[in-house]
Amino acid sequence: MAIDVRTAPPALPRGPRAGAPPGRQRRRGFTRWWRGGGLAAVLFALPAVLVFAYFSWGPIVRGLAMSVQSSGTTAPAHFVGAENFSYVLTDPLLPTAVLNTLYFALLALAFGFPLPLFLAVFFAELRRRRWVFTVLAYLPVVVPPVVAILLWQVFYNPTPDGLFNAALATVGLGPYPWLNSPTMAMPAIVLAATWASAGSAVIIYLAALSGVRAELYEAAELDGAGIWARVRHVTIPQLRGVILVMLLLQLIGTMQVFTEPFLFTGGGPQNATLTILLMIYNYAFVDGDYGAATALSLLLSVVLVVLSIAYQFATRRWSPER
Amino acid sequence: MSTPPSPPALQVPPVRAGRRPRRPAEPDERSVISTADRRRPSVRIVLVGVQTLILVGLVVAGLGPLLWLFKAALSTSQDILRQPFALWPSGIQWDNLGIAWTRARIGFFLRNTAIVALGSWLANLFVSVTAAYVLSVLRPRWGPLLSGAILVTLFIPSVVSLVPLYLTVLDLPLVGGSLLNTYWAVWLPAAANAFNVLVIKRFFDALPAELFEAARIDGAGPVRILVSIVLPLSRPILAVVSLLTIIASWKEFLWPLLVLQRPDLQPLSVALPQLTRTAELNVQMAGLFLALLVPVLLFLVFQRQFLRGVGMSGGVKG
Repeated sequence: MAIDVRTAPPALPRGPRAGAPPGRQRRRGFTRWWRGGGLAAVLFALPAVLVFAYFSWGPIVRGLAMSVQSSGTTAPAHFVGAENFSYVLTDPLLPTAVLNTLYFALLALAFGFPLPLFLAVFFAELRRRRWVFTVLAYLPVVVPPVVAILLWQVFYNPTPDGLFNAALATVGLGPYPWLNSPTMAMPAIVLAATWASAGSAVIIYLAALSGVRAELYEAAELDGAGIWARVRHVTIPQLRGVILVMLLLQLIGTMQVFTEPFLFTGGGPQNATLTILLMIYNYAFVDGDYGAATALSLLLSVVLVVLSIAYQFATRRWSPER
Repeated sequence: MSTPPSPPALQVPPVRAGRRPRRPAEPDERSVISTADRRRPSVRIVLVGVQTLILVGLVVAGLGPLLWLFKAALSTSQDILRQPFALWPSGIQWDNLGIAWTRARIGFFLRNTAIVALGSWLANLFVSVTAAYVLSVLRPRWGPLLSGAILVTLFIPSVVSLVPLYLTVLDLPLVGGSLLNTYWAVWLPAAANAFNVLVIKRFFDALPAELFEAARIDGAGPVRILVSIVLPLSRPILAVVSLLTIIASWKEFLWPLLVLQRPDLQPLSVALPQLTRTAELNVQMAGLFLALLVPVLLFLVFQRQFLRGVGMSGGVKG
């Protein structure tokens, strides 16, 4: 992209030079290219070009094409226009999946957005043993998601002897059906997902906090701002960029949530945890309808691309060098 | 991480090390609460109170589930179900671990996970380093084009290519053949990682260009410059990228589930959910515990690199 050209230090001379005699320029250009390491550059680029062509660029283009073709498992694929899209858009399950995904994203923000920020601001104040706090906060993140999900499934045991039910019974609550209830399943999944991911946000905020200039706090203190006022008027405004980045990152992630609902509930009970990605999975790998699956992927991607372009701009603004 | 000669600074300030020697009176980096504040008893009491509260919360929430899993891994199924908070009322069942390791084949699946992770790591590093080297050091005229094409994939969510990628693996275009049920099906797509190319390229950009020029004048070819100059200087970034890549592939679930359908190839993350249908609860718990052990130990050993890598990934991405 354009940025790379701008930030590049003065390039080494390469390729045909302006002063070369016109007749021999082409030949000279080629030998120069050869001797100057042009072939080496091609060879070094080859692995990336091949891997990206096969497993990134190719599938993206193919996905675009497949969304307007019949799925082609039995008969050869042919152009069907917007048929896949209209099939997907009229699927009675689609509104459920969209609402569930939005609900997941919203709950994930409510559970998991303010807490890491608070923890990071607090951790930054620790002068001793901060590593104990950061390690404890980050520990759940290194737990493989499948392990975390299967473990939390046991915690959510709906019998009165289940771990959470037994714990809540000591304060006179429950027993709750957790994952078996259409209203509780989604919050329960989000709680487990938040547990598994909040730690990395803490670390990212902590890294950003170390970039807040000390003079700002000193100035605020001299102006008589108390501790809370300094957090409110110095720390938070200074972190505004990172907060936006994390917000977008979390939205992009939660819109594509799959493993948690897939393993926790399989989309049930009564489709209460059916997300868009689960629907895509079902279209493609249960029904074998690749056309519908790619069409829905594409629709979701339009939303995600908007979010990720916003994200790219946000990081660019936040990065100190830009 | 060993310190190579004059490593270029990382783009994003690293997480502050917990115990850096500082002057006792006024620390050189201050935060919201100043040293003067900290002398006030009211501030000190609140700070200690909040600190204790948060520490207790973190121990319960962060460490608690893992400790419980350790307990459950050594309990009978009845104890796990009936008395989740009792410490081994029927005695410690060390056998669970052995049964899980051999009969539930946790060891075998763990080996598969390691194969998946190491292969993805190697493929990833090879592709990312060579690409970054082309874009940052060799700088051909078509470099910006390649760099743009790689960058664009950062904007495009992986969902778009999930199904077509699966079909690609099923039947490779042009060369033919199928990668299904081979580890290449996991390794190669993992290698197409624009984020890693970008991070490594940025690091290479910050290396002093005079070094390459001097080496070139001394007659070093591009391979030599990469191996003897660029790579040794880049150990910090390679360590961070390596850790992030290995962890990411260790966690992967959906993609190996799709392309590694033969049970004897499956990594632990794919095999564990099936265990819940076949094994007893205590063996399941022992299996989960064993699955957890490697990443947790890795994290505890390499904490600083981990936390630095995560701190970077938020800022450098894009």
